[in-house]
Amino acid sequence: MKLSGSDIVIECLKEQKVDTIFGFPGGAVLNIYDSLYRRGEGINHILTTHEQGAAHAADGYARASGKTGVCMATSGPGATNLVTGIATAYMDSVPVVAITGQVHSSLIGKDSFQEVDITGVTMPITKHNFLVKDVDKLADTIRMAFQIASTGRPGPVLIDICKDVTINKTEFKPAGEKSRLNLKIKNSFTEEDLDKAADAVQKAERPVILSGGGTIIAGVTDILVELSAKIKAPISTTLMGTGSVPYDYPLYMGLLGMHGTRVSNRAVSECDLLITVGARFSDRVISDMRRFAPKAKIMHIDADPAEINKNITVHYPFSGNIEQVLKGILKRVKPIEDSLWAKSVISWKKEYGNNNIDKCRLTPKLIIEKISEMTNSEAVITTEVGQNQIWAAQYYRFKRPRQYISSGGLGTMGYGTGAAIGAQIALPDKKVINIAGDGSFRMNCNELATAVHYRLPIIIAVMNNGTLGMVRQWQTLFYEKRYSQTTLDRGPDFVKLADAYGAVGIRVEKPEQVQPALEKALSSDDRPVVIDFIIDIDEMVLPIVPPGKGIDELIYD
Amino acid sequence: MKHIISVLVNNQAGVLSRVSGLFSRRGFNIDSLAVGTTNIPEISRMTIVVDGDDNIVDQVQKQLSKLIDVIKVVRLDAENSVSRELALIKVRADTSVRSEIMQIAEVFRANIVDISKDTLTIEISGSSKKAEAMYEMLRPFGILEDARTGLLSLERGAKTILDD
Repeated sequence: MKLSGSDIVIECLKEQKVDTIFGFPGGAVLNIYDSLYRRGEGINHILTTHEQGAAHAADGYARASGKTGVCMATSGPGATNLVTGIATAYMDSVPVVAITGQVHSSLIGKDSFQEVDITGVTMPITKHNFLVKDVDKLADTIRMAFQIASTGRPGPVLIDICKDVTINKTEFKPAGEKSRLNLKIKNSFTEEDLDKAADAVQKAERPVILSGGGTIIAGVTDILVELSAKIKAPISTTLMGTGSVPYDYPLYMGLLGMHGTRVSNRAVSECDLLITVGARFSDRVISDMRRFAPKAKIMHIDADPAEINKNITVHYPFSGNIEQVLKGILKRVKPIEDSLWAKSVISWKKEYGNNNIDKCRLTPKLIIEKISEMTNSEAVITTEVGQNQIWAAQYYRFKRPRQYISSGGLGTMGYGTGAAIGAQIALPDKKVINIAGDGSFRMNCNELATAVHYRLPIIIAVMNNGTLGMVRQWQTLFYEKRYSQTTLDRGPDFVKLADAYGAVGIRVEKPEQVQPALEKALSSDDRPVVIDFIIDIDEMVLPIVPPGKGIDELIYD
Repeated sequence: MKHIISVLVNNQAGVLSRVSGLFSRRGFNIDSLAVGTTNIPEISRMTIVVDGDDNIVDQVQKQLSKLIDVIKVVRLDAENSVSRELALIKVRADTSVRSEIMQIAEVFRANIVDISKDTLTIEISGSSKKAEAMYEMLRPFGILEDARTGLLSLERGAKTILDD
């Protein structure tokens, strides 16, 4: 059957079982949108306000569902508007396929209208990208793109399609069984390596497990908790690992690193074996490398061989299939019944825990704990970047993976609204709440229009401190209170803004207003709700490890 | 410390910028890079000389291996491989010094590939050291321009890059 390139795009998306595309049309993708109109049954296209919103939504959809997210934009500015979203997905290993239109292949390189070399631009922020100039190669390229995006360590893949390719016709053959690509990552380890690792785990007196986002991607969080319980190893998570360990698990210590809990940072500083799974020892985790886990041997288990020995020297390296490693170790170790180490960690956890909520003040802790309580800790939480992101990770009692959706690596302010839209589309039966800050929300609040149009009952909980809180916090602590360009004393009025978009706006200024506001917001089932929580300008995220210090040198309240 | 890395890549548009982009993005230093097609037309071979310690070269190798268009990455041991680079050197050479320069070229087993009233162009191939020595000898006469290929390397013996 002869099909045009644009029809082939749609057929290939169906082949990949794509049910949702987040996108925005334009000249170079006119034909693709025409094919979508004519033969796109079964594909739900979400028209965002801005391409950046589409990219974040595809990313949020992917993180919430585990499937590959798809976004589409036209050439030139359409494509460049995706860039921040693609980079966000790249840094957090999120499977996203971005389809962009490109000018006619004969116009490439001539600085044509809306021409930009988007494969050049996105080369360092995609797992791979393609420029398609020949319709005969289109179908296989799309198939490869989906395979690359979702295999091994996932990541975004961009397909740039010349406009003439969307017009030209060729014979369309449905996908065969065999793919051209062999993307399997070889396991770096042998059975003896597993024996040695299990032996080290068994003999460790003070083991700690560090769980990163890779455990969620690999789907090994249950096995990891099982291992922790069997050997009585306390667990910390990185920001990306939030949700990989249930909040209520007794040996869960919370975040590690710059905003790590006191118990996490102390336990890692004192441990003799750090079993790191699906994490990459980012600077936000290790701070001063020389003072990170100084007494410990490091075991590193990751899907990506390039992460081993990249940021830290590893004693027990394992790359490849994380599940096989964990199961191999789990099988080999004998249960530990009584652990002094685990007991002391639990006692530190109790000692450092701060459970006295100041009930007279509207604080982020009070708000987020209330949100957690009123959603039975079942909601999917997206965040923006800054204080809101850390508060959400600290105070919401996450129960499972894929519940906390946040831009960890790139730290993209403006991520949350788009991500919440994507998550809500992926999981229509879940409550999706974007815990935002006023600075970040303002960046992409235009996507409220999208949420309203598609009747998505997302809740945007704005921690409104009238400032870029995380930066202000640094200015307070390390810049002698010189608040350079961080005060946001200029609106808009978020309640009126919500109203203008057709969403529900609620303002909360006192602790006693939190519950009724949340009740109202949670009862909305077809309209987004913005709750403007007015909090103090000097609220801080604590603890914090000052720049250049070891993780055991944190500032806490 | 210098290391020689051989990389087989798909002979496709953009591959060179993917590889060189990776080096600049990750802060790896390229000493030289030579690239050309191989006897298999779909495959090109890059020979990259990297400056750095073992950890850095290990990272280079792993990061290169992750590129979709990279087929194989191998570190060559300088002792156990043959390496050559080629240089073309245009040197000032009027009649008074022409024969002297030609004698130097002969000692180095270099070829005179072009001659004019006032210049000679010399082609030399060999190790980087040999090329350097040639440059030293020619500098006093005045080098007008020059071009170098970067190092090419193959492992000695029957083993090839495609063997495991």
